[in-house]
Amino acid sequence: MTTLDAKVPAGPIDNKWTGHRFDSKLVNPANKRKYEIIIIGTGLAGASAAASLGELGYNVTVFTYHDSPRRAHSIAAQGGINAAKNYANDGDSVFRLFYDTVKGGDYRSREANVYRLAEVSNEIIDQCAAQGVPFAREYGGLLDNRSFGGAQVSRTFYARGQTGQQLLLGAYQALARQVALGSVKLYNRTEMLEVVTHDGRAVGVVVRDLVTGEISSHSAHAVVLATGGYSNVFYLSTMAMSSNVTAAWRAHRKGAFFANPCFTQIHPTCIPVHGDFQSKLTLMSESLRNDGRIWVPKSADDGRPANDIPEEDRDYYLERIYPSFGNLAPRDIASRAAMRMIEEDRGVGPLKNGVYLDFSDAINRLGKDVIEARYGNLFEMYERITDENPYEVPMRIYPAPHYTMGGLWVDYNLMTNVPGLYAIGEANFSDHGANRLGASALMQGLADGYFVVPYTIADYLADWLNIDPLATDHEAFQEAEEEVSGRLEKLLSINGSRTVDSFHKELGHIMIDKCGLARSKEGLEEALDRIPRLRNEFWSNVRVPGTDDTYNTELAKAARVADYFELAELMCRDALEREESCGGHFRVEHQTDEGEAKRDDEDQAHVSAWEWNGYGEAHTHHKEPLTFDYVALAQRSYK
Amino acid sequence: MDLTLKVWRQNGPDKPGEFKEYEAKGISEEASFLEMLDIVNERIVESGGVPIEFDHDCREGICGTCGVMINGHPHGNQKGTATCQLHMRKFNDGDRIVIEPWRATGMPVVQDLIVDRSALDRIIEAGGYISVDTGGTPDANLIPVPKEAADASMDAAACIGCAACIAACPNSAGQLFTAAKLAHLNLLPQGQPERYDRTIAMVEKMEEFFGSCTNHGECEEACPKSISINNIAFMNRDYLVAKFKDRRKAGQT
Amino acid sequence: MTTTGRREDTKPARKLPWILELYRSDVAKKWIMAISGVILLGYIAAHMMGNMKIYFGPEEINHYGEALRELGGDLVPKTHLLWIMRIGLTAAFAIHIHAAYSLTRKNLQARGRVRYDVPREYLAANYASRTMRWSGVIVLFFVLFHLADLTWGTTNPDFIRGDVYNNMIASFERVPVAILYIVANLALGLHILHGVWSLFQSIGANNRVYNKWRRYLAWGFTAVIVVGNLSFPIAIQLGIIS
Repeated sequence: MTTLDAKVPAGPIDNKWTGHRFDSKLVNPANKRKYEIIIIGTGLAGASAAASLGELGYNVTVFTYHDSPRRAHSIAAQGGINAAKNYANDGDSVFRLFYDTVKGGDYRSREANVYRLAEVSNEIIDQCAAQGVPFAREYGGLLDNRSFGGAQVSRTFYARGQTGQQLLLGAYQALARQVALGSVKLYNRTEMLEVVTHDGRAVGVVVRDLVTGEISSHSAHAVVLATGGYSNVFYLSTMAMSSNVTAAWRAHRKGAFFANPCFTQIHPTCIPVHGDFQSKLTLMSESLRNDGRIWVPKSADDGRPANDIPEEDRDYYLERIYPSFGNLAPRDIASRAAMRMIEEDRGVGPLKNGVYLDFSDAINRLGKDVIEARYGNLFEMYERITDENPYEVPMRIYPAPHYTMGGLWVDYNLMTNVPGLYAIGEANFSDHGANRLGASALMQGLADGYFVVPYTIADYLADWLNIDPLATDHEAFQEAEEEVSGRLEKLLSINGSRTVDSFHKELGHIMIDKCGLARSKEGLEEALDRIPRLRNEFWSNVRVPGTDDTYNTELAKAARVADYFELAELMCRDALEREESCGGHFRVEHQTDEGEAKRDDEDQAHVSAWEWNGYGEAHTHHKEPLTFDYVALAQRSYK
Repeated sequence: MDLTLKVWRQNGPDKPGEFKEYEAKGISEEASFLEMLDIVNERIVESGGVPIEFDHDCREGICGTCGVMINGHPHGNQKGTATCQLHMRKFNDGDRIVIEPWRATGMPVVQDLIVDRSALDRIIEAGGYISVDTGGTPDANLIPVPKEAADASMDAAACIGCAACIAACPNSAGQLFTAAKLAHLNLLPQGQPERYDRTIAMVEKMEEFFGSCTNHGECEEACPKSISINNIAFMNRDYLVAKFKDRRKAGQT
Repeated sequence: MTTTGRREDTKPARKLPWILELYRSDVAKKWIMAISGVILLGYIAAHMMGNMKIYFGPEEINHYGEALRELGGDLVPKTHLLWIMRIGLTAAFAIHIHAAYSLTRKNLQARGRVRYDVPREYLAANYASRTMRWSGVIVLFFVLFHLADLTWGTTNPDFIRGDVYNNMIASFERVPVAILYIVANLALGLHILHGVWSLFQSIGANNRVYNKWRRYLAWGFTAVIVVGNLSFPIAIQLGIIS
């Protein structure tokens, strides 16, 4: 075990980023065109980084497995994006956003990174407004804000219930502009399947054309992974169907450390599961908690329809337990509270697997029109899926895997421990600690892409001036290509009896059960026993139909699920070794008398970064100690 | 419920295609349309066949990846709904459902129900952006935007780029998509400096791929976000103004 | 699949004279169809109103025919202004047809060879909008016959140049001609029903304040034209005018 150095610059926190930018090496404008940069993924982080680096003059090549960059799952983010603008005049500041984010992350994030995030948050809003993102406006024409979970100020900018869509379109349009100018080369329907390293640094990638099955190599001076999170390891999650961990995992297998994999966020407001054929869970924006009140019946055997249950028989449990934050308690807290209600058998709905999110008070107070203007599209979506009208009967919601705080370990420059390999957005671990606050993912993705990586990457590139990227006929690339085609051929040749989805579902069940909202030593050990067996069965009994020279979704899925097995095991191992409860990681052995998460700041105030040692081998555990000089460690209280 | 599916199968971009029939038995009414296809595919794989390829991703009706012709209706016959949000309760037991890919010369079939919509990216690349580099932008509140304009812009910006409008159009016209993109930017103060250049560039790029608008209004009906054809009139006007205006003298606005 | 912005297949910059360059665009073609459509609609309305004079007797309508030739009074030589109008009208008609023809060809190409298996159940497109090209063709052929019958007199044995009253009666007394006229005017009605509404979209005249009136106007205008035009053969057939 080694101690990792995050290369956080010295100096007071509010000067670190400014100082670091001055101290970093630069690449002069005329030299930028001598560099090749590969970016994987076109979500908020990938698209914004590709656009920004292209504008600076680098030669950028960007890959997405979607048919268009605009489809990346950032598009599904609903609620909003935080910034410390203090437009609402309610006492917000960079420091408060920083403080809230560190506290919200249950003190498991790196202070310097979070401060930088808060610092650039304002620039993001300026950038997006200038790009023509149609943010919600006040009647005076200025920007509107709303409040979000885990904060007591209104700092969330939004575009109806489609903020992620609008921000992504902004980044996508900026990217499209660079594509048209020729500074960015775009490959769509192309999936990255291997990172190529040489002399210990990243030199390129191997990709597969999803339409023709052609495998090809691409080399560059630096590779940036912006490939999102891995919640689909749970099978059912709010992620898009094709979201996967493969790019990050392949980087991990090539030496990049994977940090805090057990830090996953279970989002409290999703539509409950309705059947075993279900393919995905749909999120209802957290913003709904601004006006909706969450409750369950007081008694366990209350079988009455929601509207027949009188006020005195309802338990508005969030308002009861957390009076100061009430329905706007952070996600981890709200999710666990819901879980407890359901464990007490007070769940609602046909499968008794939900809690009510009730708008009747808000409708009475503000009128149906106001509620419709605020949440109309969400209500429609809910009605389409459930066939229930939320204006008349309360919504039913349940926690569902949503976001993954863990990811590739990166230093302050967002570079992994493999030189030349960067990870940005949800793919890295850095800013959200053990729990992400609402409206912070969009902020982080865009911060990394627009305002961090374009600066920090120069510091690395400067040393490689006038040195061509490794040629793609180099044996490092040939080996990687052979590895990839061998893996795909193997999957196609097994021809067993079980479908990819049946394995994925079984894995998902194990993970949500043993490594979901609540984790126990016993359960994790059981999972660690079952997952390798399931993985072995997968490699001997999966059936992947078709061939590798046409569009073959099953083949792509199989390769992704194969990587999920390995990730799942590491998640459980990480969860087992983190002997504390913090944020989204709740170990039943570590809780207060009231059932709240109990941290262990003595022994566990660190980032766990795991090193790959080979297939079937145990990972090596590295630690990056976390120090808190500006935010006092405290038991997180939202009461 | 039990259903019979008649699905277009085509094993690659330049291969011939044909319809094949599939039984879909015991489908829950709670399932979404794509979940029904998942179940059918699972059974095809189990019985040794090659599953039906279809585009899909977020399954929340926002990414715009999914989209097939269902019984002659783009995204099916529920107004304002993408294929992934269509649920089987909208069908009846015993129904026969014909599923086809979008059809247009500008959107050739890639495989089975998947089509190539990269023409839409080309239209955006032609000018569907505001040319601001990262950094150096003024404070967001320095550009006041009248709420009504912001709302109208957002109405247009809600477009998910699924191409149902083109699939629905008897002329395979790309007008609603392009008009929505133009209205999003042309209605905002930030979009004014490039308004007319953008309009010309995007319209003419669109015309390289797609047909012309004869004002049927089918696109609006098919649009999962119910984007209005009023945007098309707005685009037409901007295009004509762009062609007649000497922008060196008048500026862009 | 590779996609890059600088595509080799991008067309070279357009270098035609401005007006021809404008005409290359589909949107501009539609605008030109709208403008020429407005000219033709104006003609249709004037023609119908002028012909109403038949209800006031032979002198009125024959005088009207003569007045057309004397347009411009003493300022211009006789029939010159009428010829200018005729040429303008013919040009509008020709360009309207050419634009329609080239857009139709393009649209058929854009749709491709493979059609949907399930016949489309149109939700917004109406009968009028979908039959524009057929109603247009019917109107075109009818106009040629109409000219031959009532302007040149080639298909009308009882034609007397200058005697409009006589010519109309001689023409519409024949039952097949009356039926042809009625059918053609119904086709014209369908054509302008969609055309009047559609032209507002094509020129970009769109405003929440008056949008719904565009439909009302289309219906009202069409009703007036069709009723007015149909009244002539019916009146003649019924012997109201003889």
